Amino acid sequence: MKLLTHNMLTSKIIKGVQQGYPLGITATKVDVKEVDFNPDFVSRMIPKLDWPALCKAAEDVGHSAELPKEVVPEYETNEEFLKKAHHVLLQVEVIEGNLVCPESGRKFPVNNGIPNMLLNEDEV
Amino acid sequence: MFPTPNTSHLTSESFNDIYEPAEDTFLLLDTLETEHNNLKALRPSVCLEIGCGSGICITFLAQLLGPDSLYLCTDINAKAVDAARATAEANGVLVEPILTDLTACLEHRLKSKVDVLIFNPPYVVTPSDEVGSHGIAASWAGGMRGREVIDRLIPRIPDLLSDSGVFFLVIIKENNQDELEQMMTKHGFRMSVVLSRRSGPEFLSVLKFCRLRS
Repeated sequence: MKLLTHNMLTSKIIKGVQQGYPLGITATKVDVKEVDFNPDFVSRMIPKLDWPALCKAAEDVGHSAELPKEVVPEYETNEEFLKKAHHVLLQVEVIEGNLVCPESGRKFPVNNGIPNMLLNEDEV
Repeated sequence: MFPTPNTSHLTSESFNDIYEPAEDTFLLLDTLETEHNNLKALRPSVCLEIGCGSGICITFLAQLLGPDSLYLCTDINAKAVDAARATAEANGVLVEPILTDLTACLEHRLKSKVDVLIFNPPYVVTPSDEVGSHGIAASWAGGMRGREVIDRLIPRIPDLLSDSGVFFLVIIKENNQDELEQMMTKHGFRMSVVLSRRSGPEFLSVLKFCRLRS
């Protein structure tokens, strides 16, 4: 699971949970995989992101050092910024661990890089 | 012509647990290929497949449209999302699988963000109690008129799709195309039939929905 994908996940589906976002990450295995840098794609994803949630996720997996705390103005033409965003969004991958609902504490396991967001019938 | 994704990493044993690509799958692949130019022109940023099974369709879409989009897929079957990850890897594309019910954990953050949505649902007419498993039956068991799972997704479409977003849905005749068109018209979408094909007892179609105002 890339942190870009993590940015799109909530646990709001759990009965009684209001926001369920952002999900905490406790990772036991994190990989960094080389992905071709595509500045146009990264630029188009920036407005769709919750940036503070991305910063928190990067911190949870120990890859926040390079990531700016805020989106810079005119980021579309700022290659340095886009490269840092690219790294955290697309190259850092959670392979094993748990995602944690910030309200209920419910854990969602990540196995083989895939988050298991299924709920039991009594949780919906 | 785009080649069909390589699925040689999946064995006949894999297909005890996940849906083996069949005529309905290939009709959806043919549809995506037919629509290639239209989809390119959309410049999609987010593509999502619901019920990805082996992952062959979302992998094909990623091959067609290239690395300018995020490709997400969901399934309720753990073996299917594992297979989808392997299929994407075997074909050199990035696809992010998530084990979830339809779009459950994604729909709040993906509101109005999905540019291309594809769904080859469990459309077979079955007794209602066969719907809702997490195994291979989830790939076909559609309950009454084969509509029970389709009908759970339909009301979520308007919220999910971006302004120019498109939704492709595989159906059979028994699913009642006219009624689906009426339901989606109420939600502000127009429908067209991209491709239809008879396969044994099934008369398959792929429907395409776009917003009326787009």
